Amino acid sequence: MIHRDMICPFCGCLCDDLVITTEGNEVVQVDNACTLGTHKLMGAWKNRLKNPIMRDGGEWRDASYEEAIEYAAGVLLDADRPLLYGWSSTQGEAQGLGVSMAELLGGVIDSTTSVCHGPSILAIQEVGHPGCTLGQVKNRADLVIYWACNPTEAHPRHMSRYTTYADGFFLENAFRDRKLIVVDVRKSETTSIADEFVKVKPGGDYAVFSALRAIVRGRADVVPDTVAGVSKEQLVRIGAMCKEAKFGALFFGVGLTMAPGKYKNIRNAIELVDELNRYTKWTLTPLRGHYNVYGSNEVFTWMTGYPYAVDFSRQIAFYNPGETTAVDILARKECDACLIVASDPGAHFPKACLEHLTKIPTVLIDPMHTVTTPLCRCQIPTAVNGIDAGGTAYRMDGVPIHVKKFMDLGYPSDTEVIGRIFERIQEVKHP
Amino acid sequence: MSDLLIKNAFVIDPINRINGEIMDIAVRDGRIVEDVGQGAEVIDAGGHLTLPGGVDSHTHICGTKVNFGRYMSPEDMRAGREARRGVKHSISGYSVPTTYANSYRYAIMGYTTLLEGAMAPLEARHTHEEFSATPLQDVMANTLFDGNWGVMEAIRDGDIERAAAIVGWTLSAVKGFGIKLTNPGGTEAWGYGKDVTCIRDKVPHFEVSPAEIVEGMIRVCELLRLPHSVHLHCNNLGKPGNYACTVGTLNLAPDLNEKRQTLYATHVQFHSYGGSDWKTFCSKAEPVAYTVNNRPQIVIDMGQVMFGKTTTMTADGPMEFNLYRLHHDKWSNHDVELETGSGIIPVLYRRKNLVNSIMWSIGLELALLVKNPWQCMLTTDNPNGAPFVKYPEIIALLMSKKYRDAEFATVHPDTGSKVVLPALERELDWNEIAVMTRAGQAKALGITGIGKGHLGIGAEADIAVYPLKVDEIDPSTEYQRVIDGFAKTKWTVKRGRPVSRDGEILVHGENTTIWVDPKIRPERDISRDPRFVEMFNHWYSVRMSNYPVQDEYLRRNLRMETEAAI
Repeated sequence: MIHRDMICPFCGCLCDDLVITTEGNEVVQVDNACTLGTHKLMGAWKNRLKNPIMRDGGEWRDASYEEAIEYAAGVLLDADRPLLYGWSSTQGEAQGLGVSMAELLGGVIDSTTSVCHGPSILAIQEVGHPGCTLGQVKNRADLVIYWACNPTEAHPRHMSRYTTYADGFFLENAFRDRKLIVVDVRKSETTSIADEFVKVKPGGDYAVFSALRAIVRGRADVVPDTVAGVSKEQLVRIGAMCKEAKFGALFFGVGLTMAPGKYKNIRNAIELVDELNRYTKWTLTPLRGHYNVYGSNEVFTWMTGYPYAVDFSRQIAFYNPGETTAVDILARKECDACLIVASDPGAHFPKACLEHLTKIPTVLIDPMHTVTTPLCRCQIPTAVNGIDAGGTAYRMDGVPIHVKKFMDLGYPSDTEVIGRIFERIQEVKHP
Repeated sequence: MSDLLIKNAFVIDPINRINGEIMDIAVRDGRIVEDVGQGAEVIDAGGHLTLPGGVDSHTHICGTKVNFGRYMSPEDMRAGREARRGVKHSISGYSVPTTYANSYRYAIMGYTTLLEGAMAPLEARHTHEEFSATPLQDVMANTLFDGNWGVMEAIRDGDIERAAAIVGWTLSAVKGFGIKLTNPGGTEAWGYGKDVTCIRDKVPHFEVSPAEIVEGMIRVCELLRLPHSVHLHCNNLGKPGNYACTVGTLNLAPDLNEKRQTLYATHVQFHSYGGSDWKTFCSKAEPVAYTVNNRPQIVIDMGQVMFGKTTTMTADGPMEFNLYRLHHDKWSNHDVELETGSGIIPVLYRRKNLVNSIMWSIGLELALLVKNPWQCMLTTDNPNGAPFVKYPEIIALLMSKKYRDAEFATVHPDTGSKVVLPALERELDWNEIAVMTRAGQAKALGITGIGKGHLGIGAEADIAVYPLKVDEIDPSTEYQRVIDGFAKTKWTVKRGRPVSRDGEILVHGENTTIWVDPKIRPERDISRDPRFVEMFNHWYSVRMSNYPVQDEYLRRNLRMETEAAI
């Protein structure tokens, strides 16, 4: 069977033009997707965990969904300070249930945001966010900056769908008329096609933004000859390009959010874009990683008021990144049970956090065996959103897209499994 | 079968011309009926003021920009938090509260139907997701067409039927309710950082003027036979001297519909400014109200400003950038490809600020100068002028000259020379307030026929009982009692079920989303038009097949099918 206009559940680009060919329960061909998306879609029907597994002494044993769900609910009900973490690679409906469950339990809910673009959100909460949908960039931008990111490898179709290689309504010859500036600490696939490659010394981004802001405001005189390894000459040239552009779009990645300066880097980037808007049109967009990490921020926000790191232990929604974020709660050994949904902290969190995860009852909801699996006491496999489950996801620019199911492998969705856990919890803790 | 009897209600129901009668209201299965049997649940209203459930015909409660207002404002979240209790979720937020907070606070004030004022079609799914978390009110979404490429091209080419086909298809696809134009043409110009100055400027590239968009869309709306009229946020919002543009725009509207207005102009306070700069800024409520009084085909809402902190949010991207340059506080912008824009900034309206004091006066002047209450709705353009929780104070200001004078004594001392408010003696009565907060709003939205805004037999049993004894209160002097009374109902009943009592939320609730589905002849179905499909798939960043909002996003919903004339 051929399935058209399918949605790729890999990165925040949420490409929606995939053509997927299936034969029975196998994906045999994927057209239009990038390597990352193709790989996920071609492989995801394989290597699935067949059924829930639970620890039995040092060994794993198979369990029924009923038993695993009962166990997960029991662990959460029993906890004084449960942590519900992950949520970036699942559908919005499951995220919403997660929030309701955290609220009823008096637990903490956090998404992978806290270890990627959390600092971007902190900056936005200080100075706002001049943004737009990606189609606006595609149709208008004549200058694109990628800062501290490598879309060629991390968001491979970003440039062909929304920037450099995309047709633009207001651009006669979009590829030729659109200039590209790449700012990074090292050469990458993306820097090799840039009109300007700005090589910044590690940790120097903040200073470079400040220099550009001074130049844009007509105060090049205060800028020294080199700033974090970048020559003043190049900075002045770039400042002029930015002001001369009719529509500029700045994209940035975790190379900025997780580099020294953290949220201050983003704040400076936003304030540069604000400044440029006094002369011409500029927008800024964080390159979000997981395909629905932005959805977790959206869902958490309309339900609790805050985009991540929400603590319900005092019955109100309380938000204090650094205190109520997953890494911090684990590092302080504060939580006494953990539910991990659709993410792989085993591959990303500091060792001290992972050690704590192994000491408390940790339940993982994930379709496949991952690096997190060995840290858990129970794993419940679910359907993969965009393959054998459907639901809502929010693209990196906030556009909500309905991710579609195109095959059924007999697995329940995250929404169903979390819904069943939540039902058990409600039976005991009914409001 | 669920029966309810509200006894001893002091009813004001303007649509049914009931102005203060003690009545019993019988309810069966969510609708008002002649009578119910002995087994009915009984609420004794005790002679208290009983009105149809409140209707807000212009508010911002759900969707992409509202949620971005929350996302960027943890300080606002902390300013309005309450703990989870019983069926009530924990809530956050003062000016941009969480969905549950909006729903509970509106319910406590007796509001049962809300119109989200601005939904970008591309992001409609988001609005519907938030609607499903707004449990205690029926909801609908005005859909933005101010910078819609297909529509602007069709209007430029003089092809109104094509414009209607695009609008009709889009409304059905995104489950929208009415046509919203926000700074028509200006949001497209903002795509390159520009704006339009008034209704005769041409939109760059599309070579169509705001006046042509407004006139064209009025015809589109009538061709599609939509329940609500075109809902317009005029060009030039917030600029000194903009009243001339506003009056010029209002004069564009012909009188085409005998059931309702032909043009609804929203938050007109922000569009009734005189002067040529901030120094000469003054009220021009009089010429605007004069225009409305002479044109029965126009309905406006106030867009009242109240002092204090709030968050401004609108699809009018260029306006928000101008505001940012005045306030220098944080600024968010979100252009939506091929459709519209949006912007958000927090503001603090101060009594000590002359411009803010004049703005506060203008909203009240409009409500007092527009003679017919069916032509002027009570709103704050929530949360732009103030959060909706300020409505009771606005009601009291309109009912009491004494209260207005007391407040006026506290505003900037130069305000008196810039406004006419102190000279206005009019005090609105209970019936007029009922018109401006429910009956008139339901009529303007075209939803009286589905049982909104009145308490006649067959109406939806959306009922608000306020702790106000009309015969025992003199609103012109006892304004604090009016404020307290409208702030918290004794009972709010939604679809026949009590949802709040004395400020306590009683149920989780389940709302209805009301949307419009114009029936268009198959040969005019724009989704089969090769030029439109090509335009869509080439320039949007989503495929056309992924654009329509699936039925599953609407739980309980009411589809209003119309027989389009195309």
